[in-house]
Parts: sequence; C-alpha cells; structure tokens
Amino acid sequence: MSSSLILSVATFLYGLAAVLYIGGWVFKKETIGKAGTAVTAAALVGNLAGILMRWAESYAMGHGRAPLTNLYESLVFFALCVTALYLYVEYRYRNRTIGAFASPLAFLAMAYASLSPNISDRIQPLIPALKSNWLIAHVITCFLGYAGFAVAFGVSVMYFVKKRDPENKSGRLSRIPDLNVLDELTHQTVMFGFLFLSIGIITGAVWANSAWGSYWSWDPKETWSLITWFIYATLLHARLMRGWHGKRIAIISVVGFLAMLFTYFGVNLLPGLHSYAQQ
Amino acid sequence: MSKSGAPSHFFRSLWDFFASIRLTVVLLLTLAATSIVGTVIPQNESPEVYARHYGETLFRLMDFLGLFDMYHSWWFQLLMVLLTLNIVVCSINRLSATWKIIFARSPGFAGSRFRKASNRVEFTASRSPEQLRELFEPMLQRRYRRTDSETTDGSLFLFAEKGRWTRLGVYIVHFSVILLLLGGLVGSFIGFEGYVNIPEGASQDTIRLRNTNQPLKLPFAIRCDDFSVRFYETGAPDEFRSRLTLLKEGRPVLQRDIVVNDPLRFEGINIFQSSYGNMRPREVVLSFTSTESGMTYTRKATVGTPVDIPEGLGQFVVERFHNRYQFMGMMDLGSTFLGTLTPSGGEPVEVALPLQHPDFDKMIVKRGIRKSDVIIAITDFEPHYYTGLQVNSDPGVWLVYAGFLVMIIGCFIAFYMSHQRVGVELVARGGGTQVTVSGMSNKNKMGMNRSVERLAGHLSRRVGTEKIG
Repeated sequence: MSSSLILSVATFLYGLAAVLYIGGWVFKKETIGKAGTAVTAAALVGNLAGILMRWAESYAMGHGRAPLTNLYESLVFFALCVTALYLYVEYRYRNRTIGAFASPLAFLAMAYASLSPNISDRIQPLIPALKSNWLIAHVITCFLGYAGFAVAFGVSVMYFVKKRDPENKSGRLSRIPDLNVLDELTHQTVMFGFLFLSIGIITGAVWANSAWGSYWSWDPKETWSLITWFIYATLLHARLMRGWHGKRIAIISVVGFLAMLFTYFGVNLLPGLHSYAQQ
Repeated sequence: MSKSGAPSHFFRSLWDFFASIRLTVVLLLTLAATSIVGTVIPQNESPEVYARHYGETLFRLMDFLGLFDMYHSWWFQLLMVLLTLNIVVCSINRLSATWKIIFARSPGFAGSRFRKASNRVEFTASRSPEQLRELFEPMLQRRYRRTDSETTDGSLFLFAEKGRWTRLGVYIVHFSVILLLLGGLVGSFIGFEGYVNIPEGASQDTIRLRNTNQPLKLPFAIRCDDFSVRFYETGAPDEFRSRLTLLKEGRPVLQRDIVVNDPLRFEGINIFQSSYGNMRPREVVLSFTSTESGMTYTRKATVGTPVDIPEGLGQFVVERFHNRYQFMGMMDLGSTFLGTLTPSGGEPVEVALPLQHPDFDKMIVKRGIRKSDVIIAITDFEPHYYTGLQVNSDPGVWLVYAGFLVMIIGCFIAFYMSHQRVGVELVARGGGTQVTVSGMSNKNKMGMNRSVERLAGHLSRRVGTEKIG
C-alpha cells in the first residue's frame, strides 16, 4: 500500500461524498446526507493517512521532510483542512446542505492534484531555501486560513442560492439555513480564515527574515496574500463597524476567495521567490 | 464666526474625516487594488529593460508614476500614511467610550435590558426566590468575574459578567499594525541592506548597498575560508555552505559556517548565504592527445606557466578564465579557460577549454575548425568558488516581531473572546419561582445563546426541575 493509492481512494471518496451531499439536498433525503457525512469522514481519514504515509515514505527515501513542500502536497493538505473545517461546521450547525457546497471544493483540490499533467506527485528532496523549521508552521497556518475562506465562499454561494426564495418552507431551498445564519457563518469562517492567514503571513515573514534577511520584499506571493488580507479586513470592518450584512458581505467573501485562489495558483504565473510551489 | 473658531473647525472636520470607517474601507480596497500593479509589472529592473519593453512615452509616464518601484512610490506611501492616521484616529475616537465600559466602577446592570433579550430560557423551581439566590449566586461567581443583584417589585435579578477587558482586542490589533509600520520605518531609516561576493580564501570589509549601489564599510571584515555546494542525485541543489571568519583589526573574532536559513548574526549585522559562483580554478589537470600516435598525456598546470607537450608537439599555456564564455560569440560554454597553443614551428593559436565539456576541443579539431595534431582538454580541476552574501542590519525588526505577536494575540481576543453578561430573573409564582436566564454579548451572539442554554441547564439541574421553555 502506498500513499498515492490511499490518496487516490480518498479522492474517489471525496467525489462520492460530494455526490451524496448534493443528492441528499436535491432529493430532500436525510439518509443520503448522513451517508455523505460518513463517506466524508472516511475520506478525511484516508487523506490524513495518505499524508502521514507520504511523510514516512520520504524518510524511507532518505529525504525525511514534511509532506508540505510542493503544489501536489499543498493541494492534498488543502483538501484535508477544508474537510476538517467543514465537518466541524456541520457538527456545530447541524446542517448537511452546507456539505453540498463545501465538499466539492475538497474533491476539486484532490482531483486537480492527481489528474493535472503539470503537477508531479514525486517525492522530491528539499532545496536549501525550504530547509527550515518554519516550513511546517507557515504552510499549516496558511492552509488553515485558505480553508476558512474556502468554506466561507461555499456558504456565500449558498447565500445567493437561498436569497432567490428565502421564505420557501418545503422545497430544496428550505433545507438551506436561514439567511442570517448563513451571514453569521460567513462571518465566523472568515474570522477563522483571517486569523490563520495573518499567522501564515507572519510565520512566512519571520522565515523570510531568517533565510534571506528581509521579512518583507513585496514578492508577488507576499503581495497577493496581503491583497487577500486587505479584502477580508474590509469585510470585517464593513460588517462590524458599518453594519453591512447579507448580500454585500457575501460578495466581498466571493471576491476575497478569488484573490485567495490567485494567491495560491495565479501567482505561479508571475516571477518571484515562491517558484518552488509551481511543480 | 470668530477668527479663533476657524482652525478648530478645520481641525474638527479633518478629525472626522480620519475617524470615518468609510475611509477605512476605501483605503483598504485602494491598497488592495493598487498593490496588484506591482505584481504584474516586474519591479526594480533597469530603466533600459523597461524602455525597451514599454516604449519611450509609456516608459516616461510609468516612471513618473513610480510604477517600477511602486511600493516605495510617494502615492503608495501616502496611502499607507493615510491608513495609519485612519487607524490612530478611529482608535482614539472609540477608545474613550470603550474605556468607560471597561473601567466603570459599577457594572451598570439593568434588568429591563435582559428582559428584551431574545435568548431567554425559562424554567420553574419549587423553592422561593431567596432560596434560589443562595444556590445560584455561588454558581455564577464561579463562572463569571463579577456578580451583582437587583431587587425590584416582585422580582429578584442576579447579574454576572466576564470579559469586559476583551473589548480592548480590536485596539490591540490596531496597535500591532502601528508597531509594524514603526518597525518598517526604523528599518528603512537606520538599517541597511547590501551584498558582497567573496572568493574562497579572500576577505572583504566593504559591501554594496542594494538600493543605491553605494559602498559601505563594515566594522569588521568577512573572510570566506571555504565554500561548498552539494547536489542531490536529481541535480537539484541540496546545500550551499560558507565557512566564514569575522576579523577585527586583522584578528579573527568569530568563525562559523552559514547555510541558507541559518545566517550569522554579529553586532547587529546579519550575514546570509545568498548566492555563489565560480572563480578561476587555481590548478587544472590538462590532457594532451596526439592525433598521430593516439597517445594521451596528462600534466598539471597553473595559469601563466607554459607546459611542454610531449612528442615535441609544442607548448601550451593556460591564460584567461571566463565565467560565461561565448564561443564565436554564439554558444555559451559556461566556465571556460582560454589558453595559447604554440605548435613547434607554427603560429600560436587560441584554444578554448570549457570546464563542463572536456570533449569540446576534440570536436573542434575533428570538425577541422582548428587544424592541429594535438587535442587539449581539462580533465580535472579544483573548483574555486566565490560566496555571495547578503549583509544587512535592521534594528526595526524587533518592533516588527513585537507587532506580529501582538497582532496574533489581538486577533484572537477580538474574534474569539467577548464581553458576556447574563441575567437570572427570579419571580415568585405560586409556591415556587419562575426563573428566566438571558444574556447579552458584544459579539458572537450565537455563542452567547449557547452559553445561556448551558447556564440555564446547570441552574435547573441544580434545583432538580424540568426546563419548560
């Protein structure tokens, strides 16, 4: 059994979970949704096991480094973070319809990691710049932040879906939580994401200072993470101090998620210090 | 209007301008949008590169707007200054109100406000309000920081609160941003950032500043005793390592190895492994192959010392070293030695000996590009590197790090801690008491609702009755 096999199984399970969540919502069957939760939990275990095995394999190959160093590994870890956060939200808010909007994100990340021809899943040794204890702290916090924003994005999309007929009492839309609950959930997940994005940027800055002697050099990835930070800071201030709610908050949350995606993927198209995250 | 009123009126409206959250939103979004520009236009290239790429007119305009170093341009810095003023004024404006809540001597509980709360949980108990008070008060005191009570006609109110100070969370975050900006300012005014290349065995006490390219003399000299580079089997780099000795007045004061991610810090100056390159090897091993006999001879050689070629084929001298040699102005051969071959009874000719391609001269002779009866190659050499060091000093970094720490703590307080107030109303009803638990919080209302339910659960279990609504 190898880590790539387990991760393939986890990818399949994520896809199945997304189908079950969406099915449970569309056909208004709680049992299908429950199956979705069970499959998601299994996928999460597989995802975690795959990461741990990959870690062990890197030791067996003599490289011995945390599996958080390239695009493939980051996508796998992103799926793990999104799923863990989603399951917590499902438990806390007792609603499985959110899964129909959140679990596809985890599946897409895993599918992109395994299927894209540009992404190598080979275990490569660490280049000098990445040999640092800050690596793990930086990557984990950044991706917890990304996961928060991803779930917030899913919830914001739900907001727009629900908004079309908020008073619906029996149809599909009735299974989506109330608008004010979605608004509150967006706020909560954005705060989670913002806290961890902040810590992620901070650990990155401290790391950069110990590797290159400069805690901030306006490299495109740094700059885009700051752009993302500005956008979510706007969301928090508009909501808390100017009382923005609902649609406007959902729009900023979607824009922030797009900025986050660009920070994650788009920056690789631009030149800069984070180039090792490309392959 | 009196004359003295005008400046204060002006000051007042300026203050209001900076106290507005609308300004915050506009500034944050403007910073986000303009920051994109510098990620699309490569920053700090040479003017020639930009002029060639954008054309003269566009280049002039962009240069005027500072787009080639936009994060240090006057307008971007101005946006940052405005944001800072905005943060400071907003915080001062609101802090006095928050301060009054936090440090009020009497908590100022009012039962009427709790009666309006939407998260009320009710249950009945068979004991009297006074008896319940005896039971409940210690429970509230355990869970909350401050408790109080109020008796009005027919009802007894117990109050409790905690987390008043957490209202400071947002000010802590704002303070951290100020610390970061201060740290950045200190760094840019007192600090420096430069680089220096030092060949193995040599020492340097002067670096070049990155922004101005001016030389700067350090209070000590850096000697590079050794540089080594290690690669993985895949060809990817594994480690760059420099053994450095710091010298003061010629005497060594510190010796240490540095690698990427493990810099050397000495007297407030940091030395980082940044790059490396090839210097001219001190000694090479030459091989001479006679085309006539097919025999190959090896000889050690140093630069400038002629070597006699066996079989009376002439003399060869290694002369110049090029880090990146362009053969016939076209092909980049990398690190290459140039030497002069003087065949016996012939004219001297130049021979290129690339270090990475020992078969190069064989190809030249075979193709007839140089007519010769000897093929020359460098088969071995002792690599001689220079290490590229980044040298900087940033006294502001500690302010920045303090800002980082304060920001994390502040965000946590601002997001996950709240000022919670609960009220327990006890009203005599029949032989027993109607108990109503409700709560207020300055944020996270859902969390407050859960706290109220939990508290009501604890209280009702204590008196052993069923919750009724």
